[in-house]
Amino acid sequence: MSDMKLTVKVWRQKNAKTPGKFETYKVNANEHMSFLEMMDVLNEQLVHDKKEPVAFEHDCREGICGACSMVIDGQPHGPLQATTTCQLHMRHFKDGDTITVEPFRAKAFPVVKDLVVDRSAFDRIIQSGGYISVNTGQAVDGNSIPVEKDVAVKAFDAATCIGCGACVAACPNGSAMLFTSAKISHLGLLPQGEIEHKHRTLKMVAQMDKEGFGYCTNIGACSAECPKEISLENIARMNRSFINASLTTDK
Amino acid sequence: MQLDSKIPEGPLSEKWKKYKSTVPLVAPNNKRRIEVIVVGTGLAGASAAATLGELGYKVKAFTFHDSPRRAHSIAAQGGINAAKNYQNDGDSVYRLFYDTIKGGDYRAREANVYRLAEVSTQIIDQCVAQGVPFAREYGGLLENMSFGGVQVSRTFYAKGQTGQQLLIGAYQALSRQISTGAVKMYNRHEMMDLVVVDGKARGIIARNLLTGELERHSAHCVLLATGGYGNVFYLSTNAMGSNVSAAWRATRRGALMANPCFTQIHPTCIPQSGDYQSKLTLMSESLRNDGRVWVPKNLEDAKAIREGKKTALDIKEEDRDYYLERRYPAFGNLVPRDVASRAAKVECDKGLGVSPTGLAVFLDFSSAIERYGKAEANTQGLTNASPEEIKAMGTKVVEDKYGNLFEMYEKIAGENPYIYPMKIYPAVHYTMGGLWVDYNLETNIPGLFALGEANFSDHGANRLGASALMQGLADGYFVAPYTIGQFLANEIRTGEINTQSAAFEEAEKQTKSRIDRLMNVKGNQSVESFHRRLGKIMWDLCGMSRNAEGLKEGRRLIRELREEFYKDVFVPGNADDFNPELEKAYRVADFLELGELMMIDAYERNESCGGHFREEYQTPEGEAQRDDENYTYVAAWKWDDNEPQLTKEPLVFENVKLIQRSYK
Ligand SMILES: Cc1cc2nc3c(=O)[nH]c(=O)nc-3n(C[C@H](O)[C@H](O)[C@H](O)COP(=O)(O)OP(=O)(O)OC[C@H]3O[C@@H](n4cnc5c(N)ncnc54)[C@H](O)[C@@H]3O)c2cc1C
Ligand code: SF4
Ligand code: FES
Repeated sequence: MSDMKLTVKVWRQKNAKTPGKFETYKVNANEHMSFLEMMDVLNEQLVHDKKEPVAFEHDCREGICGACSMVIDGQPHGPLQATTTCQLHMRHFKDGDTITVEPFRAKAFPVVKDLVVDRSAFDRIIQSGGYISVNTGQAVDGNSIPVEKDVAVKAFDAATCIGCGACVAACPNGSAMLFTSAKISHLGLLPQGEIEHKHRTLKMVAQMDKEGFGYCTNIGACSAECPKEISLENIARMNRSFINASLTTDK
Repeated sequence: MQLDSKIPEGPLSEKWKKYKSTVPLVAPNNKRRIEVIVVGTGLAGASAAATLGELGYKVKAFTFHDSPRRAHSIAAQGGINAAKNYQNDGDSVYRLFYDTIKGGDYRAREANVYRLAEVSTQIIDQCVAQGVPFAREYGGLLENMSFGGVQVSRTFYAKGQTGQQLLIGAYQALSRQISTGAVKMYNRHEMMDLVVVDGKARGIIARNLLTGELERHSAHCVLLATGGYGNVFYLSTNAMGSNVSAAWRATRRGALMANPCFTQIHPTCIPQSGDYQSKLTLMSESLRNDGRVWVPKNLEDAKAIREGKKTALDIKEEDRDYYLERRYPAFGNLVPRDVASRAAKVECDKGLGVSPTGLAVFLDFSSAIERYGKAEANTQGLTNASPEEIKAMGTKVVEDKYGNLFEMYEKIAGENPYIYPMKIYPAVHYTMGGLWVDYNLETNIPGLFALGEANFSDHGANRLGASALMQGLADGYFVAPYTIGQFLANEIRTGEINTQSAAFEEAEKQTKSRIDRLMNVKGNQSVESFHRRLGKIMWDLCGMSRNAEGLKEGRRLIRELREEFYKDVFVPGNADDFNPELEKAYRVADFLELGELMMIDAYERNESCGGHFREEYQTPEGEAQRDDENYTYVAAWKWDDNEPQLTKEPLVFENVKLIQRSYK
């Protein structure tokens, strides 16, 4: 097991009102650790020295809950494609490396502390229409409406979004188009969700704007940094249905 | 104390139907005046909060996460069971009931389990209607697979991300109720204590995790859907934040904790690689459908593999021991989890383990790849496909089925599992024990309900794969919304619950002094280091196998550790601030008490059943030896710092015959 001596520059910020700055630390790690385990080592060291550890968000540590959120060397979730921060392992770094760690930055994601940001705007986008209006107990038999396998797969692919916000952090405009369009596609592609599709699109897009997310200028950084490889196709689909809905809906 | 499980009269298959048609209801105009607190927004909590909101109750939902969508349920991989019998392979409600009772080694309540099997079919319908993109066949219908411990295909799944898709469904339903105002959502709020007024659960003390402020919230009843406590072992497959505190605080207020020692150790997890390790990662049980488990037959081969001189590929077929297929020909690699885990331990204890630590066995997909490859070649009419082509086609099929799991494995282990067999080892995964509840899912504190993994009710001493998601959603969508009616029907004239009463006052004060105590120790050791040490004691002495000596010793060690904790823990920062270290500290403090109770419970149960394996009680073949005469009961514990008190709820089996569980 080879040891690595690293220099880690971490963004420290007490809260949204206080300006933050980088602090530099030395950390001894090894290649089998995950990136967050390396951060654990750093925190253990800080606690040992009676200092406050670095606050960062994490929970599942297997790439599915969407809690972890670090910009590592300028990239949301770090250098590896299709990988969340928690799934990134130290074998992708070298002994002697200097690593910079920052929070996901965006106007709509205010800093809570250090590397923790407030992503509740995403919840509000879902609340504005990201659901199918069916009460418990109203459902028909699961097999009464067959769904073409390819359609189900497409809907599934869009539904794998973990709500992490890397797309927003990656976008120079701080746009939430990839996140929002993934939900609109997931539900709109399925026969069960198609009925509310237009209405849903209009409401979710309006909420997205209200939260202060920026516009999409087709840069594509969102999809490139997305740990779940959510496709840009979803944005195109959303744009089409938005125009369509704006023209045809009388609600 | 007498425990009344409140099981309705009548034949098993009629109980729930009859109950539903006779349970007192709360009229819509009254519902608007009744408040319900739901703590937890995993599958159980989100589904309950959404459904109660739809029904017209005033709901307040709490989660310590920054969003309901991040609950630990999101990480469930494999699937969810339901007795749909879409595959026409002989499944039925009764068979699902029977499999669950048997799989749980006859330590669960018949009536609860039957109801679970009954509502399972509705869950699938509900989820499909919400837009959960389950796997489908080419004809457009829902696809199924089989899971451990059963011989039918009744598991519905969405690749290896079933929990995610189900939770997103429930989260969306919840979001819809939040948008209408029916549910008020409190993110980043942690329940710190339960408030009991005149013997009824009437509210909680919550800590706003951003500001550290303590808040009082009242309601007519409280539902805990706060998940399991596997993290008492420090290393487990649970999410880092999963903890026992909500349930434990209820226990401290007089709720009973049932069968706390019943822990599920899952056979297929990625082995630990070092001391810095923070958690373990599950490789879904669904992989055992296609993966074959083996170790080398010879000690020398195992040693060479451990030292890196050989790989699995160097071991000839005749030198491999597919020990599950050998020992359990009827179920083979699909034996239930407790059986598979113990078998892996047996092989590693013999010195046949295959990782540097000696604690790993192989999970091998080469046969499946070949089988699928040949089938694919046949379908495509390629009669003389080369072995390489067959392998490539087979690999593609396996990738379609388990791609994300294989990817996850490779990211962590750094080895390509399509070529080299996976290395796996058992790890703590799920806790069957939990708050004692009756048929109504109500604890012994009136008005306090427990749902999902937080209660003990359906899985006995061992849970079958894909049954936790089913139970969480059954409890939340279809059971609790009815059963809380029998309590609330008597509350329509109660009026709003005042948060200025002495009970709220006292609970808040106690919470504050607990926090102050932790902040003021100002010792020298981190919370994490105590948690690690607790986990090691639990794993060594209350893990995959247990004995009386060790359990006694374990109890003593935990007591000592607890004393040291309050003398020497260091919690940095302030209490009136966002402070993740403080959160960890109060959770670990509760684990230190729970751990002791688990030792006591395991010590008291002088039999082996399911995941509880007492070395003193085994058959000549090394299988778990139950003692039905003396231990066919639920052990429900009242906490007491000196001597916790045991109440027994006898389990009565009227419909199944208790037999030695056999998978041979
Ligand atoms: C890796 C993994 C894979 C699994 N795969 C499967 C599978 O394929 N099939 C299957 O059936 N089961 C599976 N399980 C088990 C299953 O996922 C869980 O048992 C189930 O999801 C638990 O759901 P829950 O709603 O009871 O609790 P959780 O999902 O754990 O939710 C708990 C909720 O309570 C909240 N909470 C807890 N304490 C407090 C507090 N004090 N204050 C405020 N909020 C609090 C949390 O924020 C969270 O919202 C798996 C488990 C793991 C670990
Ligand atoms: S679209 Fe991708 S990057 Fe954006 S929130 Fe979803 S998973 Fe994260
Ligand atoms: S911690 Fe859950 S996705 Fe990274």
